Amino acid sequence: MSILLDKDFTFIVQGITGREAVNLTRECLDYGSNVVGGVTPGRKGREVHGVPVFDTVEQAVENHGSPVDGSVVTVPPAFTKDAVFEALEAGMKLIVIVTERIPRGDVAEMVELADSKGARIIGPNCLGLIVPEVCKMGGIGGPAKDAAKAYAPGSVGVMSRSGGMTTEISSSLTAAGLGVSTAISIGGDAIIGSTYAELMPFFEADEQTKAIVIYTEPGGRMEAQLSEWVSENDSRLPIVAFMAGKFMDDEEMKGMSFGHAGTIVEGAEDTATQKIARLEAAGIAVVERIDEIPAAVAERIGG
Amino acid sequence: MAGGDLYGVFIEVSIEDAVASDAAIAAKLEEVCPVDIFAVVDGKATVVAENTDECVLCGLCIEAAPSGGVTVRKLYDDTILE
Amino acid sequence: MRFYEFESRKIVELAGIPVTEYGFCKTADEAKAAAERIGGPVVVKSQVLTGGRMKAGGVKFADSPEEAAALAEEILQLEINGHIPRGVLVDPKAQVKQEYYAGVVWDGTAKRPLMLFSDMGGIDIEEVAEKHPDHVGRGHVSNLLPISDYEAKKVIAATGVTGSQLNRATPVLARLARLFRDNDMTLAEINPLAELEDGSFVALDAHMEMEDEAKGRQKRLLEGELSIEPEDTREPYEPSEFERSVKAIDSADHRGVIQGKDHGFEGNLGLVIGAGGGSLTLTDAVRSQGGKPANYSEIGGNPSVAKACGLAKEVLGKEGVEKIAVMMSIVSNTRVDIVARGVIKACLELDKDPAETIAIFRIPGAWEEEGFKILDKYGVEYCDRSVSMWEAAGRAVAKIQGAEA
Repeated sequence: MSILLDKDFTFIVQGITGREAVNLTRECLDYGSNVVGGVTPGRKGREVHGVPVFDTVEQAVENHGSPVDGSVVTVPPAFTKDAVFEALEAGMKLIVIVTERIPRGDVAEMVELADSKGARIIGPNCLGLIVPEVCKMGGIGGPAKDAAKAYAPGSVGVMSRSGGMTTEISSSLTAAGLGVSTAISIGGDAIIGSTYAELMPFFEADEQTKAIVIYTEPGGRMEAQLSEWVSENDSRLPIVAFMAGKFMDDEEMKGMSFGHAGTIVEGAEDTATQKIARLEAAGIAVVERIDEIPAAVAERIGG
Repeated sequence: MAGGDLYGVFIEVSIEDAVASDAAIAAKLEEVCPVDIFAVVDGKATVVAENTDECVLCGLCIEAAPSGGVTVRKLYDDTILE
Repeated sequence: MRFYEFESRKIVELAGIPVTEYGFCKTADEAKAAAERIGGPVVVKSQVLTGGRMKAGGVKFADSPEEAAALAEEILQLEINGHIPRGVLVDPKAQVKQEYYAGVVWDGTAKRPLMLFSDMGGIDIEEVAEKHPDHVGRGHVSNLLPISDYEAKKVIAATGVTGSQLNRATPVLARLARLFRDNDMTLAEINPLAELEDGSFVALDAHMEMEDEAKGRQKRLLEGELSIEPEDTREPYEPSEFERSVKAIDSADHRGVIQGKDHGFEGNLGLVIGAGGGSLTLTDAVRSQGGKPANYSEIGGNPSVAKACGLAKEVLGKEGVEKIAVMMSIVSNTRVDIVARGVIKACLELDKDPAETIAIFRIPGAWEEEGFKILDKYGVEYCDRSVSMWEAAGRAVAKIQGAEA
């Protein structure tokens, strides 16, 4: 079992002829993912690693002959909203937005349209998601052989605001023999398609998942939302959290953002200290050191 | 900033004379290298010294030339890129 | 991006929200002329991007144009929290019957703009929300549908405001919500929104912030209406020489991304680290283990050797930096061997021994075998993913402290 993806999941890549997108396509194909088409306006008729390229999403779906499940969007920020709207209109239910530096208003519009169509957005500013040995949607984990090294199938669901840290944490869970059920790079922006709390019900319903690890940062109310969700729902899943960026609580760092756009602290509630207190109050274990994660998880699921 | 720029610390690239003088191969070398290590000067392929350390070990130059025509030596372990 | 009060006033005015007759002035003479034009008592306000103007003496009242000129002269030279004023705003001293608050912010949880209204204006809205929650009305607006006046009306009516006040305030809040959305604001506040003795409503003070990512498409407002120069970036502080140099190296070469910050850092351990989340984790790990970082940095994407070298040289060039720690979370795009070449080259070009200068190299991932060969050759201590980021940071701290002892 897994969440959001399975062996038969099909997706296209929008912006497929871009340099990063070409690599991402290769990586996903090598991992065994079903990349059934690509879109770059004006490039119809080309191929990227054997994947046919079209001018419109509709053409790509038509060529596939049956509905396509999702899309990885990696087009410049000014064109992302249009690309996502096009994918949503074509019936895609899961959209991974890789692009960064998209204005919040655009992201909010995309999310609102997705909600009205029963679709889900992951990102923006993310590396996508991976179900070990089943499917990889996006650049997460890198080339197939590197992804295999860091992600072994197992019992822990991982959600992270940092793409790189998704792999770092998953690798430590793999090394500890715990493995990963599904790992999701949720994105580093202030407004994202899917927050921790919004993804929790999926993990809750997944039998393979026995515990959750989240990687988090200062800025925003996503952790408060998770704390509320945990308090309101009698979740069976223990959660272990790691908070990076504690140095940003220092007086001299006020008003600055580090790492990701979403780390900008806009209120007293979004500092690292406040967030840790809130998570702990909801019964979520917050580890001080990154390397304490596997042991904290093992302890909570009984080894 | 103190200290001068150093070249060729990690990678040494050399071209056989006969290969360098072949206009078609010279043009090809200039075209394939993603980090601009080759430049055609007076119809002859030459190595751009300040770019050699940028070599990404892709091997495209070796494929573009006849066997042994281009040598990429990794100075840090004294091996030759196949 | 933050706006000065005079710019926020203009933005509000452009959105069709009533404002008082006002003048933005850069000299005492201009202030005098503005006061003459306005007529009657005026208030002269320093235009700085920092709080606490009132306390610092940056806001003063004048009864005559001559007095306004004298006060402007004084305020124009008054530095507030290290900020030199951009000018002064001359405003009529309004006869206010009642002060209200109108604001729009992002609600990241609902992912929609949130309208806020209170009949207790002039004070901090968070304080009102805490002490008098029944005096704050709230309501979300859609990101996609047009914003209707009734949505604003509901928010205002929830605070108990009725009568002509409700009808006068409604279009103000609705227009504020539209300008928030249309102009990519992250904050749009009118505080106070004043009801004058004659019953009319005017925005007496406004505070606007625009999302940096949207500056490109808001050129017409920024450069056209407000005449803000593109290079006027309004960082919360002046970038340091280190920060400017790193930025210059980054923009000179499109391969990969490097960033460096040293505002608030004064240590002896240089950090050449990445990527976004990894840098946050590693900076904490160094500090929690007693280390003193000299800077913060981020390596992202797949930078060239020259770029990695440039970053390392800048970090090593900082005063008081004895060693650098080169660390990242597991990389899949960045190449270990390329970064290894870059940081070693930086040491060599500065006539430093890489083995001594690089306290630790911990970048596991793509091309690590090749990278480790290079590090072996120069005797640099390195580790793979079996050594955690915490442990690697600890080793670097121990080394530099050993060197101090």
